[in-house]
Amino acid sequence: MYNPFSLNSKKILVTGASSGIGKGIAIDISKMEANVYILARNEERLKETYSLMQGDENIICIADLCNTENLNNLIDTLPVLDGIVLCAGIIKTMPVKNITDEAIEEIFNTNIISNIKLLNRLLKKKKLAHGASVVFISSVSTFNVKVGNSLYSSTKGAVNSFAKAMALEVSKQKMRVNCIQPGFVPSSILNKSGIEEDSILKWYAERHPLGFGTPSDIANACIYLLSDASRWVTGSIFTIDGGYTLQ
Amino acid sequence: MTLQNFITLFAEQFDDTEMDLFTPQTNFKQLDEWSSLVALSVISMVDEEFDKQLTGAELRNANTIEELYRIIESK
Repeated sequence: MYNPFSLNSKKILVTGASSGIGKGIAIDISKMEANVYILARNEERLKETYSLMQGDENIICIADLCNTENLNNLIDTLPVLDGIVLCAGIIKTMPVKNITDEAIEEIFNTNIISNIKLLNRLLKKKKLAHGASVVFISSVSTFNVKVGNSLYSSTKGAVNSFAKAMALEVSKQKMRVNCIQPGFVPSSILNKSGIEEDSILKWYAERHPLGFGTPSDIANACIYLLSDASRWVTGSIFTIDGGYTLQ
Repeated sequence: MTLQNFITLFAEQFDDTEMDLFTPQTNFKQLDEWSSLVALSVISMVDEEFDKQLTGAELRNANTIEELYRIIESK
């Protein structure tokens, strides 16, 4: 059967795989026959993700990417990867005048700095294969801003810019780096943002012409970006938001 | 934390409202400056000062500053 989107036998690392969009992506790409390395800090929730995946060559990796020792150990244990999806992320909702130094450090470390360190080490140790695909999960909040969300927006803006610059650097090895900017996909990341409130959910619901997204809506774009079908796609930023940012 | 200390911290989340308008009985959502941004500031302040997560529903259920203080204290 003609299938340009096959991920058969591709070794793909998914960070933030224990919940939300990352969990959905890990499950869906396993169904496309990838060998998936799922990464997160929480072993129990990672096992839950693992139990929902297909194939018998998936691997659980427990590490805190913000911990340098964890990160270096992880790099040593990973094989040469054909793809990586960077989903680990947190939200901190606070107006600029209430921002704490601890919040800045935590969100920047998790959402951008740990990703940069991970990619730096993967390249240095030659753990990204020729033609490998890197996919960042960014956010429409890079350009569709909300009060109280400056920290999150700025980390995701950094993600987009970093991805483009890296895309240029790694093109010689035919590697590709792209970003997906999801709109509203209900998940546990939002619990701490105050966004679970019914009135806010209703506000968002009215503004998503195609309704809220699911992790699979984002995973399907990842499948494309991880497959050879997208070999000519790099440095691109895909907004996938059910029409949220049309108006 | 005393109610008076809470009122001071609560008032600090506003920029243009006179300090003497903040009393235990102040119906804070009636203040001209009250907005979703100030609400977020109050939630952040409660997180920072009390290490408690104030929800939007709890904020809606309180009318006066003292009621809000009691809700936070009982969490």
